[in-house]
Order: sequence, then C-alpha cells, then structure tokens
Amino acid sequence: MDFTQTETRRMLADTIERYLRDQYPLMPRVEAGNSETGYQQAHYDGLAELGVMAALFSEDQGGFGGDGFDIAVVFEEMGKRLVNEPVMDNALIPGAILAAAGKTDQVEEIIGGAARYALAAEEPHALYDLAEVDTTAQLSENAWRLNGSKTVVKYANGCDGFIVSARTDAGIGLYMVNAGDASLRSYTTTDGGRASELTLDNTPSTLIAENGADLLAEAQARAIVALSAEALGIMLTIREMTIEYLRTRKQFGLPIGKFQALQHRMAEMLVEIEQARSAVINAANVMTTPGAARDRIMAATKYSIGRIGRLVSEESIQMHGGIGMTWEYDLGHYAKRLIMIDHEWGDQDFHLARFIELGQAA
Amino acid sequence: MDLNFSQEEQDFRTEVRDWIAANLPAELATKVRNDAPMGKQEILDWQLILHEKGWLTYMWPAEFGGTGWGPVKQFIFEDEMARACCPRILPFGLKMLAPVLMKFGTKEQQDHYLPRMCDGTDWWCQGYSEPGSGSDLASLKTAAVRDGDHYIVNGQKTWTTLGQHADWIFNLVRTSSEGKQQEGISFLLVDMKSPGIEVRPIRTIDGGHEVNEVFFTDVKVPASNLVGEENMGWTYAKYLLTHERTNIAGVGKSYQELDRLRDLAAKQKRNGKPLSEDPLFAARLAKVEIDLMNMEVTNLRVLSAAESGGAPGTESSMLKLLGTEIEQEITDLTRRALGRSAQALTPEVDEPGYNGPHVTPEGFNNASGVYFNHRKTTIYGGSSEIQKNIITKMIVGL
Repeated sequence: MDFTQTETRRMLADTIERYLRDQYPLMPRVEAGNSETGYQQAHYDGLAELGVMAALFSEDQGGFGGDGFDIAVVFEEMGKRLVNEPVMDNALIPGAILAAAGKTDQVEEIIGGAARYALAAEEPHALYDLAEVDTTAQLSENAWRLNGSKTVVKYANGCDGFIVSARTDAGIGLYMVNAGDASLRSYTTTDGGRASELTLDNTPSTLIAENGADLLAEAQARAIVALSAEALGIMLTIREMTIEYLRTRKQFGLPIGKFQALQHRMAEMLVEIEQARSAVINAANVMTTPGAARDRIMAATKYSIGRIGRLVSEESIQMHGGIGMTWEYDLGHYAKRLIMIDHEWGDQDFHLARFIELGQAA
Repeated sequence: MDLNFSQEEQDFRTEVRDWIAANLPAELATKVRNDAPMGKQEILDWQLILHEKGWLTYMWPAEFGGTGWGPVKQFIFEDEMARACCPRILPFGLKMLAPVLMKFGTKEQQDHYLPRMCDGTDWWCQGYSEPGSGSDLASLKTAAVRDGDHYIVNGQKTWTTLGQHADWIFNLVRTSSEGKQQEGISFLLVDMKSPGIEVRPIRTIDGGHEVNEVFFTDVKVPASNLVGEENMGWTYAKYLLTHERTNIAGVGKSYQELDRLRDLAAKQKRNGKPLSEDPLFAARLAKVEIDLMNMEVTNLRVLSAAESGGAPGTESSMLKLLGTEIEQEITDLTRRALGRSAQALTPEVDEPGYNGPHVTPEGFNNASGVYFNHRKTTIYGGSSEIQKNIITKMIVGL
C-alpha cells in the first residue's frame, strides 16, 4: 500500500501551484464570466504551456499522463486557486471523446492549446441523464443534419466545434458541428463562468462515433475525477481560510475558535474533507478501467463530493458569519463554485440513485 | 385541546385574503414570487396601499393608531400576506423602532416619528452591528459624546440593511465605558442627511446590494434624539428582541415557497417521471414539509400562550432556529430541482415585458442566488449558535 504521489506528479503539482500563486489573482477570474468567452485566454495558454493539457492524455494520445491520478493532481491544484479556465470543458472532455474515436489530429491541437471543443450532451429537463436525448440526426445529401437543443454548454463561445449527442434509430451517436453552424445564446454562470444554450436547426455535422453511450461513459468518468478533485482543492482552501478565521476573529474577548459550538462544527468539516479526499482517490484509481464496477465507484464519489461540498460551503460561511456573505471576501466565491460542482455531471441524488442501481445490477 | 381557529378568526382570515386579492398589484406579487429584486418605490407603494386601509400598523396598539389586533390576528394577517406573495413590510421603523418609542420615547418623539414612518416620509434603518461587534453586540464602540445640546458621534456600523434608501438610522452608541459593557450603551436617532455620514455598499455573494457600511465622522446629533435615558439603550434593544416573537418562524412564507417548489418538482422530469415521484427527492421534500407542519403547531402554541398574556421564554429562539433552517432547506431543494440550469444567470427574464426564451423554468431564474442569499438567515438577528446558547442557558439554567 502506498498513498504517495509519484515524483513526476508532485513536480507537476508544484509547477501549477507556483504559476497560479504568482500569476492568478482571484478577482479577474471572478469577473471573467462577464466577458464574451468567460475565461482568461492568457491563462488558458499559460496552463497549456506548463503541460497541464498534456498531463490529461496518455502517451499514445500525444500526452504524458492520462491516468486518473494525473487528472486528480491537476484539478486539485486548480481548485485550490479557483481556476475557471475551461481545462475540463474544452480539453479533457472533448479530448477524451475524440481520442477514443481515433481523432488524433484534433487531440493534438487540444493538447497544444490551439483548439477548443465543447461537449453538448445535456438537454433541457433531462436532469443530468445523458440518455434523455430528443435531438435527432438524419442523413441527407452526405451530411448528418441535427435538430434539437442542448442546455448549459459551458465555455461554448469561441470554440472550434461542438460534440453533440443525437439520436438515430440505431441509438445515440456523437456528431461534430462546426462552431459557425450552431446558434448560441450565452450567459454568465453563478460561479463566474460562462455557458450557452445551443440550438440545432437542420444543422450540418459529421459523425464522430456511433457508440455514443460508451464514449459518454468515458467522458463522465473523467469529468467526475476532475470535478471531484477540483472540489477537494476548493475545500482545502476553504479549510485554510476557516482555520485562519477561527484563530484570529475575536468575540467576547476570545478567538472564536475557542468556542465549543464552533470547534465541533469545524471538527465535522475537517473529518468530512478527509472523506472527500478518499473519495477522490477511489475514483482516480479506477478511472481508466471501464465497466459497471468503475461506474459504481464514480457514482459513490460524485455523491460524496456533492454531499460534503454542501456541508463545507454552508458550514464555512456559517463559521465566518456576515463576512462570509460578502463579494469582497474570497470565501463566497469558493463556496459558490463548490455548490455548482453539484450541478454538473449529476448531483448527489442522481448519483446516489445510480449507485443503488449499479449495486443491484452487480 | 382544540387546534382550530375560532369562527371569528376564520372569518377574519377570509376578509384579509379577499382584500389582498383585490388590492395587491399583480406585478408586485409576481416579483415577490420569483424572488426578483424589489426597488424602494415598489416597497413603499405596497406600504401606502396598506396604510390607506389602516393595516400597515397591524401590530400597533389602537392608542397609537394601530389595529389593536392580538397576536392571533396579527399572525393570521402575516400568514395571508406571505402566502399571497405581498412585498414584506419594512420592519426597521414599524416593527423595531416603533415599539421602543411607544414604551420608552417621549410624547414629542412619538408624535413626530410614528406618523412619518407610516406615510413613507421616513425610511428607517438599524445601526446595531459593527465590524468588531457581531454576536458580541455589547462590545460595540461607536461613541456618542455629549457636547452641550448635542452628541458627537464617531464610529462605524455594518450590515445595515437597505441603509442606501434610509432617511434615519436608530443607533446603539457607547456613551460610557464604565462598569459592564451593557451599561454604557444608549439608543440614539440619527438623521442620515447629517454631515459626516457616509454609506458604502456591501455587495453580497449573490451579487446583490442589500446591506451597507455606515461611517460616522464627528456627526452632530441633537440631544433630544436620545430615546429614554442615557446608558439604558441595551435594555431597550433587548425589549425589542423579545417583543417580536409570534411570526419570527415565517410559517406562511415557507408554505408559499414549498408550494412553489412542489409545482416545480411536478414539472421537472427524472427518468421519465416527475421529480416529485423520484424517491430520493420526494423523501427530502416530505421531510421538510413534516418539519414545517410541526413548527406550525409549535408556533400556534406560542401564539395561544401569547394571546392569553404568557411571558416570553425561549420560544422566539426556538422559532428563529427552526424557521431559518426550514427556509434554507427549501431554497436548497429548489436549487437542486433545477438541475444543470441552476448554473445560469439570466436576470433579463425578470424584466417587465420579457418574452424571450428561458434557461431555467419560468419564475426560478434567481433560485441559486436565493439559496446563497439565505445563508444569512442563520447568521443575522442572533446566529443559530447564539440562539442555541440562549435556549440551553434558560432551560438548563447553568
């Protein structure tokens, strides 16, 4: 048994940590969601140069990582600094799908930071179920024509193309739509990012893969590791802020950390954060071994992160009091992202139900 | 044992309900229902409609121009207002300052200030919390030093709700540093137009502007603006805290929010079935409804005791604790029922006349903001930790 990270991963974590500490202040990131693309291109490029994107893919895909722990290390560091550069949405997820479909050229562009794609899979009212697909694909004059709509496609503005799930008689396939061919309506997101509604009206596309469900399962495993590790990073920063606050804020002549009511709240939060770390390790450990056993662990992890994320967000604000409610103080921005992670790729209820279901199937 | 309201009380409820239905402007009700931001004039508009009917001062005794209603009728009135999505009545003047003036103010202060808070002339805000004095309010430092016919006020207040609209602020100020902290505090009324006052907005995590910091630099306040006796302000502030206890739980508001959530859950689909039939979601929804049902009866028990003149005990702390937790749980479930779309911020859909597409189901555009905003409820007005301390101290008695 060995829970230490490899030397390579530790170095990668240090490199990312140093870059973000020196060059990634919080407020420009918080305001970035109001810009057209919702992120800071210079930092996206900066992270690509550090090798962040390459760490997400295996050597035969053109990267130098691609394992669950590579992804976890990267996203934990980014979570600590509340990075909202679309590394998951525009690189990891589309890259994993394109790699599995053998589109090596596009994966190379993603790794170099030269191209961005976004997965448009969820439909309005599907409540996280990616098999709920009403969008249709029909072959006409040598092109697949898509009709339907996709909701909350994150960081869609400025992408080179969209990977769209659509239904034919044969099932759910994945299709590439050129950016200029789809119609987007963009807005800021609660956590200071950007997303779009995507409308497909007889939109031309090319088929990426017919086995859409399998590829989406691969994408989902990666998304869960990335989001859960990001959430862990956020929790670790919140933990530091709250420790500092309990030590320095005084009421009734004492640091508030001397009051048992807060000590017990804090103790529970500290214990749960360790549980979250274990959940991330569990998921990262099996990410690249497809099957029901993996998916059950993924469901367990995402459920845990949703539940613990809510606890950490709410408890840390409560322990801070009014200051935790303000825009000016960092905590609220971390808490908002942590809560919104539960609204991506299935919330805690969705994954608890999935865990039960997969357990019955096994 | 009889859990029913009397026939007279039931008739009264019908009268209130019918009147609200006939007089509440639909666009105001929609804004309240959708948790859309509410401007100063909109709040005042509704207060003036109530004032004309004589119901704005529903909690005041008849001798001060109030309705003279007892706790039960007040509760019914508040319950109906909440369920019908009326804008909330601003509590600062009418509910917080007014009882203090009635009990401890001079005749001149009563005659001057009370009518002006009813007709919208004076918008009041509360100057209690300070940056260093939150839960430990008695440690407050904003100083008022007597100088002839005036006090000179220096210091800073914070979390001043809607202070950006205020004409006046009622302040707790330090007039003595001798003896116990509580014994050197006075209750002082300050004109917000006085030279030396600066209001700075505090932006909250939901992006809204509701609270403010208020800075006082050599602000000259006539000594006649002191309420009651010097150094007795803490007693008056405590009187205020125990005065309002019958509707602190917000039962009506929570029922209204729960109904709205239930409608949403019936429309949202999971696995092809309504979300309201999803076992996990349905269980959460049921649990909060059960808590609310129990709290409603707890509230009615308190009400019944108050109606027959019972002395206040730990009930207001219990109801505040329960009420805020239930409220928060409902906002959490509402956010969750939206799924992925809870991430979207599309304030334009709440603009009058908007008829474009919606990302979140109609009426729920601000659900995530409301969830985050409601974190404040277990912090303000005595945090949950403070309420628990009060309950245990009074009942265990150690």
